[in-house]
Amino acid sequence: MALKMADFKTDVHNDWCPGCGDFGIVNAIQMALAEMGVERDKTAIFSGIGCSGKTSHYINTYGVHTLHGRVLTFAQGAKIANPEMTIVAVGGDGDGLGIGAGHFVAAGRRNVNMTYIIFDNGVYGLTKGQASPTLKLGEQTKSLPSPNTNYNVNPIGLAVASGFTFVARGYSYDVRHLKDLIIQAVNHKGLSFLDVLQPCPTYNDLNTRDWYAGTDLMDEAQKRHSRIYKLEEHGYDPEVHYNEEAEVNERLTQALIKSLEWGNKIPIGVFYKNEIITPYTTRLKDKIPNYMENPPAKQNISKNGISNTDISHILDSLEV
Amino acid sequence: MSSTDFTWLIGGPQGSGVESGANIFSRVCAEMGYQVFGKREFYSNIKGEHSYFAVRISDQKINSNVNDVTLMASFDAETIFRHYNEVISGGGIIYDADLEDVATDRVHTLDAPFRERLHKTLESKNKPFSIAGVLEIAKENGVKLYPVSFKAILEALAEETENPRLKGLVRMFNVIGVSLSLGLVKMPPDSLQKTIGTIFSKKKEIAKINQQTANYSYNYATAKFEEFHHTLTGIQKEPGTLLVQGFQGTALGKMACGCRMQPYYPITPASDESVFLESNEILEMIDDRPGSTAVIQTEDEICAMGMTIGSALTGTRSATCTSGPGFALMTEMLGWAGINEVPVVITNYQRSGPSTGLPTRHGQDDLLFSVFAGHGDFPKIVYASGDVEESFYDTGNVFNYADVFQVPVIHLMDKFIASSVVTCPRFDSSKITINRGKLLDKVEGEYERFAFTEDGISPRSRLGLDNGIFWDTGDESDEKGHITEDPVLRVKMMDKRMSRLDLILKEIPETEKVVSFGVEDYTVITWGSSKGPILDAIDMLKKEGISIGLVQIKLLHPFPGDYVTSLLKNAKIIIDVEANHSAQLGKLFKQNVQRDIDYSILKYTGRAMTSTEIYDSLKKIVENKADKREVLMHGA
Repeated sequence: MALKMADFKTDVHNDWCPGCGDFGIVNAIQMALAEMGVERDKTAIFSGIGCSGKTSHYINTYGVHTLHGRVLTFAQGAKIANPEMTIVAVGGDGDGLGIGAGHFVAAGRRNVNMTYIIFDNGVYGLTKGQASPTLKLGEQTKSLPSPNTNYNVNPIGLAVASGFTFVARGYSYDVRHLKDLIIQAVNHKGLSFLDVLQPCPTYNDLNTRDWYAGTDLMDEAQKRHSRIYKLEEHGYDPEVHYNEEAEVNERLTQALIKSLEWGNKIPIGVFYKNEIITPYTTRLKDKIPNYMENPPAKQNISKNGISNTDISHILDSLEV
Repeated sequence: MSSTDFTWLIGGPQGSGVESGANIFSRVCAEMGYQVFGKREFYSNIKGEHSYFAVRISDQKINSNVNDVTLMASFDAETIFRHYNEVISGGGIIYDADLEDVATDRVHTLDAPFRERLHKTLESKNKPFSIAGVLEIAKENGVKLYPVSFKAILEALAEETENPRLKGLVRMFNVIGVSLSLGLVKMPPDSLQKTIGTIFSKKKEIAKINQQTANYSYNYATAKFEEFHHTLTGIQKEPGTLLVQGFQGTALGKMACGCRMQPYYPITPASDESVFLESNEILEMIDDRPGSTAVIQTEDEICAMGMTIGSALTGTRSATCTSGPGFALMTEMLGWAGINEVPVVITNYQRSGPSTGLPTRHGQDDLLFSVFAGHGDFPKIVYASGDVEESFYDTGNVFNYADVFQVPVIHLMDKFIASSVVTCPRFDSSKITINRGKLLDKVEGEYERFAFTEDGISPRSRLGLDNGIFWDTGDESDEKGHITEDPVLRVKMMDKRMSRLDLILKEIPETEKVVSFGVEDYTVITWGSSKGPILDAIDMLKKEGISIGLVQIKLLHPFPGDYVTSLLKNAKIIIDVEANHSAQLGKLFKQNVQRDIDYSILKYTGRAMTSTEIYDSLKKIVENKADKREVLMHGA
């Protein structure tokens, strides 16, 4: 029987602030999982630390709430050991691009077939609103004693430069669009990254829902001009179609340039997609021919409680 | 009793083939039936600094190196400067005659403190500050000198084989040194030729040049060198003898016991183990399709540990391998594995700390750090192996402990073991039992990962198992694994996890906790690789009618205090021997056995203990001439 969105909800009390952008993301994940028809017990949500870290408890699949900045390390280990799992890792922008930035870059190089979603709100919410890596230099959100002294990380640009093979941005209040992006990301063959703009109603008083909706940009006719627009509606083609340096470079450069757009026009949608680069699992298969059929998690390692690994040929080579 | 006890030392700049020279020598000796105990010392450097290999050969079981060198083969000046005074009277030094005039200040890799000590010695004996000077001292000590021009050998060989390329092939110096040595001690030459053939079996051309060089040098020694007092002509070979490198014990143990995932970050002296695992990543299985180990090089040790845990959550036996600095980075995750009851194994090949310390040198520095690693209270096991052979079987055991008790296990190894090359009986993987504890193959009914049970251990599902959904979190959690801050549940969960420490002490057999080699009035306690030199030192004392006991503690956390107390009740004097500054085992002992350590024998030069120096200290203790804290200093 096909599972419904409700089947992916747990009865754990959700303690996010009223109006938090995180709700839209968790709903979109649940909708996407239901629509894709994944099996609950072949799916795992890995999460980092902070408000977004609680996501795994709200979704009725395997859930692994890890450590600050380290979610990708746990998630990749699980996926490599058991490649039949559908794995979605989630975390905040402080988690993934601050303390976890090294893992973010390394994960891109590895291209393990899974999805990483960053809840991007510009602040460290759970520690009461300090500046996070995506907050712009000089900006002062409400609990900062003085304006931010650091330049911001560009998550899309960093992902593209690090080797992520699917890079997209969603908006937490456009749940349907976000759900579609999640489905594309999960179905992508390789490591997919989704930067989700997610207003923190409690601590980020700059990038609010109204700000994204462009209520401050109303013209004389009282017509709203949402800051957010969809790349796919503007003829943007993110995909690397053939394996030639010029083609790859063009798509990469285009994505980088698009990633710099901010202010009154903020693009969402897929920035970059490259399925020509092999996922990590394929690279392992090149070394270990039966890796996909007999991955670490599936191997028999004993017979009647005794080792059934035959190391005799190695011992022979060491014998004198 | 006539017995062979011979130490051969080869030295040279890093990258000049010292290690492969020692491999050839060790293998020839092992092939000829001898027991071999070799140890490699090297700087944290790729090329140029001094490295050396001391290979001890015996017809009896040996567990350590000794201070005395019987024969030294050197093809550079630094080796002579550093080791000339280790060669015994009646021993020999084979050296490159072209080096005689080299002065100490021409060897830039002789560091200042060493040069100063050397100059002092030379000055006091009125000798020139040169190779000639130190060799004069050696000669006065009764050492036989065997000068030979390595270059001239290559030239003669080039002419004989009509291969002018050989003339400048200085990388043959190691093979020349080995072959001259073997010729001098009258080792049958076939074994040398055969060993070179085996070592270079994949490179026929290189094998041939090496064999020619070996043959010429061997014959040169037998024809031109003056008679040497010591010979190694071969003895009856024990069937089923391995010549293994220290890191291969845990690696082969991991293959045999079903460890199928090893993420790691490169660090000396641990990475050799991972590289060896990856070199043998495809595994033959009895009556089954091939298996494999996924060895993943990560961006740092934090990722290595995270991946290990993630993999373990899928039910895969998973481990990482590191050294102190890397282990330090893993400790936050160790607590995560603890609170989530994840079985993982961390193999820690310790080195000298603190910080980067002596990065390529030995130390048993991480005992207390391992016992107390991680913030907060959580159960874990700290277990130490005493030698390569033990480490193979112990690896099987520590994975069982991890699975059965659902705790992280820190398996302590060290640099001394990692870079030793020893003969030992062939490993028997049919002795590796596999106990996965309460790991589930299927789930029926409602499942709770952290359900309360009588023994405090919950049935364990794995990611991907039908109906086995669970949640993990580094927060305190309820039975399902969801976050809780309820004070009552918190206490129940904490008590459940921590009760495992008692269970571990109850369930692990005593023979796996502690090995007693006999308890006497004077009894040594130790852990890890110090065992070998202690055993040999005790053997030496026994021959003089002095009996000393030894208790090797393998399970260090939770500490088997009651068992150790009862074992040692008849010991009058307790002597703690270990390779660190603060007598870390002594501290644990005092805490858990409520008894004082009478003497400590400690070494923290970064060099492994020799049996000679432990013998000296133990003898002083028995004669009541020792300090409470004996600090050992031997080794270049």
